[in-house]
Amino acid sequence: MGFSITLTINGVTRTIALDDPRVTLLDLLRERLDLTGTKKGCDRGQCGACTVIVDGRRINSCLALAISHDGADVLTIEGLAQGGQLHPVQEAFIAHDGLQCGFCTPGQIMSAIGLIQEGQAGADPEHVRESMSGNLCRCGAYQGITEAVLTAQRTLDAASRKEVA
Amino acid sequence: MKRFDYVRPATIDEAVSAAAAPGSAYLAAGTNLVDLLKGGVTQPKRLVDITHLPGLDRVEDLPDGGVRIGALVRNADLAHDRNFARRFPAVAEALLSGASAQLRNAATVGGNLLQRTRCAYFYDTASACNKRSPGSGCDARGGDTRLHAILGWSESCIATHPSDFCVALAALDALVEVEGKAGRREIPLETFHRLPGDTPERESVLEPGEMVVAVRLPAAAARFAAHARYLKVRDRTSYAFAIVAAAAALRIDAGVIADARLALGGVAMKPWRAREAERLLMGARAEKANFRRAAEAALAQAKPAGNNAFKIELACRVVVRAFMLAAAGTPERMPALPASPFVTVSGVLTHA
Repeated sequence: MGFSITLTINGVTRTIALDDPRVTLLDLLRERLDLTGTKKGCDRGQCGACTVIVDGRRINSCLALAISHDGADVLTIEGLAQGGQLHPVQEAFIAHDGLQCGFCTPGQIMSAIGLIQEGQAGADPEHVRESMSGNLCRCGAYQGITEAVLTAQRTLDAASRKEVA
Repeated sequence: MKRFDYVRPATIDEAVSAAAAPGSAYLAAGTNLVDLLKGGVTQPKRLVDITHLPGLDRVEDLPDGGVRIGALVRNADLAHDRNFARRFPAVAEALLSGASAQLRNAATVGGNLLQRTRCAYFYDTASACNKRSPGSGCDARGGDTRLHAILGWSESCIATHPSDFCVALAALDALVEVEGKAGRREIPLETFHRLPGDTPERESVLEPGEMVVAVRLPAAAARFAAHARYLKVRDRTSYAFAIVAAAAALRIDAGVIADARLALGGVAMKPWRAREAERLLMGARAEKANFRRAAEAALAQAKPAGNNAFKIELACRVVVRAFMLAAAGTPERMPALPASPFVTVSGVLTHA
């Protein structure tokens, strides 16, 4: 039996035929829609490499059944840069060496964007570390990641103040 | 993952009918269930997806001063609901000490109650497990038992319930609203989960097809707001299950305890309410020696299920420290590391 779902992915709405209810959002993105920027690390919700933003919230796409997210709005790492201009969080990761091998980086960046949108961390590095604990980095680039998140948050805060003014 | 049928009911009635069929399981966020499906630990024939049901995602203040939390409210939304966190700070702190930000954004209130144990032998399908496969035995016995139960365990099963949220709910007399074929009923959270006995495969008092629709906290639970904490000792600072945790709440009048609440996590297959300890504290001064007496009463029946005797003394110390933190007062802002022992409060000994 087939299923048809609608997803808006990086601003583009698409109707997707699913022949199997077991497909996770992660496998749908990577294997069927060729959006391989989102990484599969543990595939069990423990490492955070698969983090994407669904309806404005960061989640583990490996534990999300695609069929259950019918109608959702999904943002992946591919949807961040606009016309060759990197997202401020991407720029901050480069500026602060928030990566080494890069495998966890798409998940780290999507998680950082979610964290900044949640507005809970403020300027406290302890808060940032706690709130990024769902993203593991086996290269141990944590110090650069924390600095990148704090810098990106300041940049985005300043940009939003400008917009209001 | 074994193939399953997928149904998406439009109403609670449809959901309850669909889930009453043998081999059915409810699907909410799936943060635990999808993991179990991938490991072949559970193999339902049919998933009943309740995430599209309307009206279950609200936090409502009730006319009597209590609060009603819909079963599909996400853990993060509840913890960050300012009005809720102000009135029930230990519940918010417990929620924020659990899992990761991504999981809290997805995981639901109902799913939290019904999550399965993280006993490694339950997860490993090559191991014998009476919970996963009744009658097959328990390979946890004599195995790696560091994180297993010290209270309420049986020869059949020594697993623990992994929830933090439920521990704070049990301390504060929460009620669970469930809907089934026979209609709606309410169950005190304290009696919602079952101890293993000879039937560890039955983890709650829910009948087949019954669905959690809401959790309620009574108005009286908010009277502890000024002195309510959750403390959780775990193997790493964040994103780990409890070795031992405690929700402790006090009402203090001129240094004397007018009322006390205590529940422990990580010690049994259910959140462990410690009523004898609460009784001992009534009318006592809010002092360390009295908290220690209460802690020893709470753990009086404890016995190690293996190489985990250290958890008994650890639990005593966690209880004492949780009460010391509660007595010092609920912090104005949620600590950067919620429920962490690595946060110092002036006047509270860190090595309690």
